[in-house]
This record gives sequence, C-alpha cells and structure tokens, in this order.
Amino acid sequence: MPITKADSLPIRGEPDIVMARQGVRKLTQEIGFGIVDQTKMVTAASELARNALVYGRGGEMRWEIHVEGARTGLRLHFIDQGPGIPDLKQAMTDGWTSGTGMGLGLSGAKRLVNEFAIETAEGKGTRVSVTRWK
Amino acid sequence: MERIPILRMGQFLLVTIQVDMRDQLALQLQEDLTEQISRLEAKGVLIDISALELVDSFIGRMIANISAMARMLDAETVLVGMRPAVAITLVELGLSLPGVHTALDVERGMARLRTHILDADTHDADHEG
Repeated sequence: MPITKADSLPIRGEPDIVMARQGVRKLTQEIGFGIVDQTKMVTAASELARNALVYGRGGEMRWEIHVEGARTGLRLHFIDQGPGIPDLKQAMTDGWTSGTGMGLGLSGAKRLVNEFAIETAEGKGTRVSVTRWK
Repeated sequence: MERIPILRMGQFLLVTIQVDMRDQLALQLQEDLTEQISRLEAKGVLIDISALELVDSFIGRMIANISAMARMLDAETVLVGMRPAVAITLVELGLSLPGVHTALDVERGMARLRTHILDADTHDADHEG
C-alpha cells in the first residue's frame, strides 16, 4: 500500500489543536474529499489531537496519504507517551470521561472515519490511527 | 487577550463566531456572555456560527453550556447558521445539542427571540391580571 506523502505535526499546546485541524483540512482538500467528508475527518482530528494533549500530555500527529488501486485515503496517527488507557473498553464507551470532556472523543471520532485502530499500554502511551478514504 | 466580540441590540446579545476557536477562547466567550446577560439584563442571545467550518465536542459543549446558563439567567439562546456538513458531523459524533434552539439564519433567529419574549410578556400579564 504505497504512501505518496507523509509528515508530522507536534501537539504540544492548545494552538496545536487548531493547527492540526487546519492541516487536516488542507490535506482533505488536496485529496479532493467532499465537504461532508472533509468536515468529518477534520472533526475526528480535532477530538483526537485534544485527547493526545489533555490525556496523553502531548505528542504528535503523523499523517500519510495512501493510494490503494483507484482509491486515495488520508491516515492520521495520534501518538503520545502519556499514561496510556487502563480500561480501553470503558474509554470507548459513549459518555464515559475521565476528564473534562463529554466522553465522545474516542467513540465519536471512530464513527467519523472508515478505519480506526488503537494501541495503548499503561505507562507507555497511546497511538490512535484513523483513515478515511475518498 | 483575544476575545470574541459581543454586540448588544436592545434586549438581545449578538455573537458572531468567525475564527477557528482555541479551547481557551471558547471558555472565555462562555464567561463573557453570562457576565453580560446578567449585567445588561439581556433576554436573548443569538449565536451565529455560519462562518464555522467545524464544531467539535468541545465547542458543542460550550454552546450547550451557554444555552443552559442563559436559561438560568432568564435569557433564551438561539444558535443560527449551522452549515449542513457541520450538522451531519455533530450528530454522528453523538452531539445533537438537546435543549439548544436553532434557526437557519440571523433573521429567523431574531424573529424567534422576539416571539419568545412577547410570549413571556403575555404570560406575565395574564398572571398579573
């Protein structure tokens, strides 16, 4: 599965959430996503960037443009070295929150993308990967 | 510090959100609005989000909070101008903003606020009479 373009953005502070949104918006436009798909992907990125900052104490967003046969997709990885998620099943439940949010971050973001994967280890951090295809 | 301006129009407060808001800016708006509702005895708040390309759970929560806080201060909130793509995304995200009144544009939103206040006045009059 060839990656045609890739880079990363730091997530160190609140302004980086806005930068991540703007970066993802530009990428989805480059790929030619329609307005609804753009909005879904940018919103998912906003939720996951905030999670990485608030719960993961910061990290980075890596992005990759994938070309697979006739389809093009955008994959985002949100990587932090925070405390990890002790109970992943609970964290993926709508309405469950350990912090100040509404508890829609992970479960909500999952509904906005085509592919969703999460790896987490206590004390080592969390990596959330999402993909949306055109 | 950066702030979102709040305009006063008679008994109403008008807010147009035109920037991609940082979380801190959203919290500041919540604080400024409740303070002004109380100080100016505003009866209605109109929030125009027609320029917003995204409403995530944080901004959504801020809007729901403003609406609930305004209600406790005896003011009605109407959210106007939501883009269709934003509405689709919000509902899929799991945030349907229950209790928040909406209108398609500023004009309809103002009409709704006026009707609400007129109704409230009539009820008061009935009660007193």
